[in-house]
Amino acid sequence: MRRIIYFLLVTLWSCNAVSAGGHGVALEAANVDLANKTSLQRGAGLFVNYCVSCHSASFMRYNRIADDLNLSEEAVQTNLMFTTDKIGDVMKVAMRPADAEVWFGVAPPDLSVIARSRGADWLYNFLLGFYFDESKPTGVNNRIFKDTAMPHVLWELQGLKRPVISHGEESSGHGAVAEVTQFETVIPGKLDEGEYKQAVRDIVGFLVYVGEPAKLVRYRIGFWVITFLLVLLVPAYLMKREYWKDVH
Amino acid sequence: MNVVVKQLTGLRDWVDDRFPLLQLWNDHMGRYYAPKNFNFWYYFGALSIVVLAIQIVTGIWLTMNYKPDAELAFASVEYIMRDVEWGWLIRYMHSTGASAFFIVVYLHMFRALLYGSYQKPRELLWVLGMFTYLALMAEAFLGYLLPWGQMSFWGAQVIISLFGAIPFIGDTLSLWIRGDFVVSDITLNRFFSLHVIAVPLAIVGLVFLHIIALHEVGSNNPDGVEIKKKKGEDGIPLDGIPFHPYYTVKDSVGVIVFLIFFAGVVFFAPEFGGWFLEANNFVPANSLVTPEHIVPVWYFTPFYAILRAVPDKLIGVLLMGAATNILFLLPWLDRSPVKSIRYRGPIFKTALTLFVISFVSLGYLGTQNPTVLMTWMARGFSVIYFGFFILMPFYSKMDSTKPVPDRVTD
Repeated sequence: MRRIIYFLLVTLWSCNAVSAGGHGVALEAANVDLANKTSLQRGAGLFVNYCVSCHSASFMRYNRIADDLNLSEEAVQTNLMFTTDKIGDVMKVAMRPADAEVWFGVAPPDLSVIARSRGADWLYNFLLGFYFDESKPTGVNNRIFKDTAMPHVLWELQGLKRPVISHGEESSGHGAVAEVTQFETVIPGKLDEGEYKQAVRDIVGFLVYVGEPAKLVRYRIGFWVITFLLVLLVPAYLMKREYWKDVH
Repeated sequence: MNVVVKQLTGLRDWVDDRFPLLQLWNDHMGRYYAPKNFNFWYYFGALSIVVLAIQIVTGIWLTMNYKPDAELAFASVEYIMRDVEWGWLIRYMHSTGASAFFIVVYLHMFRALLYGSYQKPRELLWVLGMFTYLALMAEAFLGYLLPWGQMSFWGAQVIISLFGAIPFIGDTLSLWIRGDFVVSDITLNRFFSLHVIAVPLAIVGLVFLHIIALHEVGSNNPDGVEIKKKKGEDGIPLDGIPFHPYYTVKDSVGVIVFLIFFAGVVFFAPEFGGWFLEANNFVPANSLVTPEHIVPVWYFTPFYAILRAVPDKLIGVLLMGAATNILFLLPWLDRSPVKSIRYRGPIFKTALTLFVISFVSLGYLGTQNPTVLMTWMARGFSVIYFGFFILMPFYSKMDSTKPVPDRVTD
């Protein structure tokens, strides 16, 4: 009997640990602001400098970025593009997927709609979540995407940090990721914590925009469509009332 | 001005000599007499037609740029979202329209439950409506594959494999449906063909028959009174008013209110928190990576919950099929002498309440991970769901009723 109870308790506990590992890491809100065009422009710059060498955004055209982010096509061409690309091109990547698979074990995904599948908060926490882990070939692990194949591309901005395991236990098994909450800086980066968070917020904001460029306009258009319908409702209702006078 | 009117009248008469234009207009609009006491629940028939029109028109425009090809489909949807002028609006109207269609149709069907609109002489009207509903489910299922995201792919994979549970012919049947051993380019092509031609054609035809049948027997109303029984000297029902202009102006108000909500979703929350567009469907279909949770869109989840509640796959599939098809029998299961819930007794009211609770709860449970507790809850609600129909011949007969007035009450 005691063994059964013990077994049940252990099972229950490990169930909790599994769910904690899967969904339990609290995500810090990204708070991106699509109305802030300078943030999106900074995000575009960081994205081109740090992400596009491996990740494509193959549904996104450079001239669309110029239009939407209030940049001139010249500015986009000189700052965001390789000289061989044309302004109407999509954001391709030079690396071949087959090579990438050899180098990273998995081809880096296209980032066109990554903000729609992962969500802004997830991306934000992912880019904040790298920590030093010498057991990994990339030298880093990630707080919310365990054993990711992605190296810490932004390390020179953030620096490198190391998890502090307060319980004095070596982390293992499914629950490990959730337990890592405290970090200490090993190598300082170019940016302090606040600046780095803002840089990541800029990148994520840019990815949210890239995920759905129409988002920049649809709220405004929606406001006018609904205003029009509300105005139209008035004569429609008055006409109904006029006709129905002789029914009731 | 007079000349123009004269010419138009002349044209009308010219056509009318060769085609029953005025007769059609009068039979179905100008002199179709509908009960004067329609309430809120009577908007949803007209709204179903509105949504059908939205789906057909946006669907035609989507088809201009969509590519039914496993290599190109996902990218072509994103092309529509970005590079096609107003493509994002057309796509969101279509994706929101799919969910809106089920919302208005479910409310339209619930209206029939409330007021006994399926009872004699409207059995065939109900049956035609049920065929339309089944065609709508097929249409939604076929269309969901087309964006070729992970949920599209794996949803289709799971549902088609259900046919494999049928003894002897199951595997051959699912192979025949897919045209391949897994969901593939071939499946995508045939689903596209069925989604844009075959099933819409069937839906439009069925809706036409549904309306013809309605206008033959006449509309029911919240009192469940047959207005044709009390006619004036002119042969017009005393409680009837011509559909046009009375209900065209009234429905216009309803349509505008509906469009306000519709636009609210299209412009401000097209994903609707993942209920209308799932996050996982923004990942291109990949036959090698199975998503952690495969969940159908909300309008199928009540039936999905029933499927999962049964431990045996074949029985689960059969019960899931029965859950939709048992609705066909409703006109013959209901033995109550009255139509409207206004004059029914407490047993029917309780049964209908329990049915609604179980349907909504099953819908919720179908979206959740099936824990032991949730599975047992789904079983309980499935029993209530089927009990509502199977026990109906008994409780509807023994239930007390109130006297039904001769004329409509308001």
